[in-house]
Amino acid sequence: MKNKNSRRSFIKNISLATFSALALSGCNSEAFDVFLQQNFKTLSKKEKDRIIKNLEIKYKEKYGKEFHVSDRPALEGTSFGYALDLSRCVGCRRCVYACVKENNQSRDPQIHYIEVLQMEKERGIDFAHSTAQYNPEKVPEKGYFYVPIQCQQCKNPPCVKVCPVRATWQEPDGITVVDYNWCIGCRYCMAACPYGARHFNWGEPNVPNEELNTEVHYLGNRPRMKGVVEKCTFCIQRSREGKYPSCVEICPVGARKFGNLLDPDSEIRYILENKRVLILKQELNTQPRFYYFFGI
Amino acid sequence: MNFFRFITGSIKIIFRGSKTYYTWLIILLLLILWGGFGYSGQLAHGLIKTHMRDSVSWAFYIGNFTFLVGVAAAAVMLVIPAYIYDWKPIKEIVIFGELLAVCSVFMCLSFIMVDIGNPLRFWHMLPLIGTLNFPSSMLSWDFFVLNIYLLLNLFVVTYLLYCIFYKKEYKKSIVLPLVLISIPMAVAIHTTTAFLYNALPGRVFWNSALLAPRFLASAFCSGPAILLILFQILRKTTNFEIKDEAIWKIAELMVYAMFIYLFFTIAELFKEFYSGTENILFWKYLLFGIGDHKEIVPYSWSSIIMGCTAFVLFLIPKTRKNFLTLNIGAVLIYGSVYVEKGIALIIPAFTPDVLGQIYVYTPSMTEIRTAVMIFSIGFLLFTFLSKIAIAIVFENYNIESLNPKIYSK
Ligand code: SF4
Ligand code: SF4
Repeated sequence: MKNKNSRRSFIKNISLATFSALALSGCNSEAFDVFLQQNFKTLSKKEKDRIIKNLEIKYKEKYGKEFHVSDRPALEGTSFGYALDLSRCVGCRRCVYACVKENNQSRDPQIHYIEVLQMEKERGIDFAHSTAQYNPEKVPEKGYFYVPIQCQQCKNPPCVKVCPVRATWQEPDGITVVDYNWCIGCRYCMAACPYGARHFNWGEPNVPNEELNTEVHYLGNRPRMKGVVEKCTFCIQRSREGKYPSCVEICPVGARKFGNLLDPDSEIRYILENKRVLILKQELNTQPRFYYFFGI
Repeated sequence: MNFFRFITGSIKIIFRGSKTYYTWLIILLLLILWGGFGYSGQLAHGLIKTHMRDSVSWAFYIGNFTFLVGVAAAAVMLVIPAYIYDWKPIKEIVIFGELLAVCSVFMCLSFIMVDIGNPLRFWHMLPLIGTLNFPSSMLSWDFFVLNIYLLLNLFVVTYLLYCIFYKKEYKKSIVLPLVLISIPMAVAIHTTTAFLYNALPGRVFWNSALLAPRFLASAFCSGPAILLILFQILRKTTNFEIKDEAIWKIAELMVYAMFIYLFFTIAELFKEFYSGTENILFWKYLLFGIGDHKEIVPYSWSSIIMGCTAFVLFLIPKTRKNFLTLNIGAVLIYGSVYVEKGIALIIPAFTPDVLGQIYVYTPSMTEIRTAVMIFSIGFLLFTFLSKIAIAIVFENYNIESLNPKIYSK
């Protein structure tokens, strides 16, 4: 067994070395290191620590700010769930912008993890007749209701299934994350996601320096590069520290609820127990952890 | 050593040619340059230079990829009728079919490379050094079968040409099984590519069991079209002997393929339009446009009109057996399938997107130029390889002609 392993890693090293020598013979050693970096999931604690330290240094150089990059793993006994009260949501899009800020999303080209759809009351939940481009003076508009959509953190995520290089996976607490250093940018996951929850960095992402959030998670809101996919992580940098995601905190009408599905006393369990919930596109068997309900 | 001389001999060949040959090469080189400068913009600034966006996240590039998989598959499948109907130059048909397959797969892989956001990271897909998501991801399957197919075909043609070059008998025990494997492999690459799309339940437009059969049928329309024309050129310029009957037979087989394709498509359309669920939207977008968004309509109708004209031309024996109308038909069907795969298959699956929003996509200049670049490189490669093959197979270019004394007389 050991033999086989060492042979395997030998082949691995040799081919990596040759290949990278060919591909990058002109680059400096740091870029080279990053280029050779393996899938985050397969790294040892030591390697992770080293990578994170280098990242913090690099961010300092690039943005002139102290970043704190966390790689905090999932807590034992947590499985996150989210519930959104459709009868309260007024469609103000504050969650959209809070999310952009918290998660260092690119402003131009623009990336929004949350898309709020305006739907006609008479039609019910009907995507084909909904619009995301509503712009009245005042919301809510008469005759309409609002359905915000973001990653549903599926228990059976099609995006994970299709990724050719395992650059995206579901963490033990249910959050589906992307390793931005491993994603090749093929966008197969975007074709597979039925909720339009995955977003691509079509160009170099752009965040104003003064608006950077420096409290980041490796698998979450750290600055991204062009050519990779990103998505909502239930604010992994916050939720794993016991805080609410930003969208939950900002919502002016309290339509957003978040908690641990395994904790019998959590608010999310209360909702599942006492309200009647629905999930989007249940026929696709994606089994979302994101529930919609009518609170009033 | 022997192999080395075969290679140097082959390289010498590609520099020898008439004025027309050189003009052709220069045209291709100019196109490569023009396309390459377009592509360099994408390399520098990212895929933002294309018109793809989050709503329509796959488009023209992957469509081209799909089209070329079809060409690669059909080129080799032509060996079956060649064998069944006992067309005389079966060895030559194998050689040119496989050369075409090699070039098409090469172009396929190039289209993947320009479509991914981080081309330098493609090694993440390689087994052992990367983490290939096998067998779960259809893309990893596709990558896998395409590469095997490429190697298989490359090996068989090289081996055949090598033997002829050295005036040796090739070993049937090596070639025959490999050719026999390459035929189901041809079906496999195409089916896997269809499954790539088919396996996404969130994209209703693709989620039909007829997708893979339609793929195969349409490939059998476009792939032989190229060979049909190539065979006629070869027949004129070399001593390649293929009877008129064989060419008409290919055309006849293409009619069957077109008919099957038409039938499958009508079955699909019937199901969608008669049941009239909301899934009809994608077909509506393709055929008539939704509201003011009609940008894609000219593409789909040009494809339909070209396809139907070709079908009629091939169906009527008189026009099928007239080489002028036959060739017009071949070009039309090629164009029809190209537009169908390049645009009509991909774009409606994303419009309206999964949340019902419409983003209108048409290819950007960068995408067109990049595609021109890849096609020109592919044609260049095919020109070189055919040149070598023609010299070796028909012009008796062999190891002895490498000896300058003999050659100079
Ligand atoms: S909503 Fe989309 S991105 Fe999120 S887990 Fe499900 S499939 Fe993946
Ligand atoms: S874009 Fe990235 S995360 Fe998505 S499937 Fe491709 S490699 Fe995986």
